[in-house]
Amino acid sequence: MNKNINIKSLIIDKPLKLDCGQTINNFPLAYETYGSLNEKKDNAILVFHALTGDQFVSGINPITKKDGWWSYAVGSGKAIDTDKYFIICANVIGGCLGSFGPSNTNTATNKIYGTTFPVITINDMVNAQYNLLNFFKIKKLFAVVGGSMGGMQVLQFVSNFPDKTKVAIPIATTSNHSAQNIAFNELGRQSIMADTNWTNGDYSNQNKNPDKGLSVARMAAHITYLSKKGLQEKFGRKLQERDDLKFSFDADFQIESYLRHQGSVFVDRFDANSYLYITRAMDYFDLIKQFGGNLSKAFTNTKTKFLVISFTSDWLYPTSENKEIVIALNAIGADVGFVEIESDKGHDSFLLNTPTFLNTLKDYINTSYLIN
Amino acid sequence: MKQEFKIIANLIEANTRVLDVGCGDGTLMQFLKNNKKIDIRGIEISKNNVQKCIGKGLTVIEGDAEKDLSQFPDGSFDFVILSQTLQAFLNPEKVITELLRVGKKAIVTIPNFGYWKVRLHLLIKGTMPITRTLPDEWYNTPNLHMCTIKDFFNFCENRRINLYKSIALQNLKSSKITNSNLLFKNLTAVLGIFLIEK
Repeated sequence: MNKNINIKSLIIDKPLKLDCGQTINNFPLAYETYGSLNEKKDNAILVFHALTGDQFVSGINPITKKDGWWSYAVGSGKAIDTDKYFIICANVIGGCLGSFGPSNTNTATNKIYGTTFPVITINDMVNAQYNLLNFFKIKKLFAVVGGSMGGMQVLQFVSNFPDKTKVAIPIATTSNHSAQNIAFNELGRQSIMADTNWTNGDYSNQNKNPDKGLSVARMAAHITYLSKKGLQEKFGRKLQERDDLKFSFDADFQIESYLRHQGSVFVDRFDANSYLYITRAMDYFDLIKQFGGNLSKAFTNTKTKFLVISFTSDWLYPTSENKEIVIALNAIGADVGFVEIESDKGHDSFLLNTPTFLNTLKDYINTSYLIN
Repeated sequence: MKQEFKIIANLIEANTRVLDVGCGDGTLMQFLKNNKKIDIRGIEISKNNVQKCIGKGLTVIEGDAEKDLSQFPDGSFDFVILSQTLQAFLNPEKVITELLRVGKKAIVTIPNFGYWKVRLHLLIKGTMPITRTLPDEWYNTPNLHMCTIKDFFNFCENRRINLYKSIALQNLKSSKITNSNLLFKNLTAVLGIFLIEK
């Protein structure tokens, strides 16, 4: 990745025992903050990013030069208001934007880790980020928020640290990755591995990059983030800069061109091995299994106030899976609200300009901050 | 309606867990929260209303009381409130059973179809009654199972449901309903408020 950009990072000296058994030491955790921490230190919101996100939630992402991934939700006067709250977001470990990941150099061998990097879990990601609380001397966060894989981290965070956040907002997520989602992730991984430039994950040491494989992985995944209706409305059978079919395998249709574009811009900003590691972490996520088949036990004794949000057209993390979280929380009398937002934009709804979602989020955050 | 809220508030003891079933836009929840030291939750079917409640900081889940009450364990609330919604369910009997499973006690309020103006409307005009508490036409009313105070009394008796307190509300006046004044109250009350337990 681009090495010239100043990325804030914290070196975590406290050893972290990973779920795979290995222990990591003195590793970097890249982060970004927005707004300012008040004197009482009670206005901090930790945002967790999704699969291909990073710490640049809002403003201009210095790498891509585009808006941060959650610019619709986070910013001055927005749902997560940077004028009122102190927003922290870290790049997950296993990622490729400054945090400890497979594109880092192994000091023992002086080679880039590649697939010699340890397998990371959602639990590991959350435990690594917990160090941010100590770093900023925050006793208790006001909120933890995240969609998709970010939502998994929200659930894991509250489970690991029952009294470390006042509010938790898991969005468009699940408590255990479904067979369908594992299948889609495997499709992406196989696509990367099928690229001869992947070279068993050693591509960086050989000055290669599995661009084709990573790009196809992104294209396939991108389809799962949208809905059939949304795709049909946006693209239909519209042709790409041509009046008729060309009887070839060029991108005749706009949707083809769009997906190719999504794939090609993705490879410029994302590491293929990180894609393997992070999708694996999602697949391994099973909070139900972690607690012996009873999801409620993940949240025993929690005082955290939850708001679970799902979207009608999200078929990747459907309402039914979000509701399982609500049911588990209600079973133990936890404070949980739930709303399903009407949207035809699929799983991506939480990242897009979805006014009912953003307004609900904004009002909930602002009123919850005032409630004791 | 403020009067109904006040009566409900008086029936609820402090430091209890309360569930408002069909909580609408959260007006009653907010009223109770402001006036009572209680832990209150809501369940509501309309997305729009749920969003309003959540915006007010109320703990509300979107769901259908006829299906989604099943997620709450037995006796998980001290009081379960059902304010003027019983008649709108497909299966009110099942809902009452669920209320009494989830709650140790339930507060049910019903618009009284035995109210004299309602009876007179049907008798004189010969059309389905429209009143302040029953403002819709027969073809667009959400009310599927209207009943009278006497019907509800009989229902509780048949199902061995303990009628802890029965209150008749007429305009701003509230009064106790007893076995001896039942016929009269069934004629004069606009609303019946019942505190029941299994």
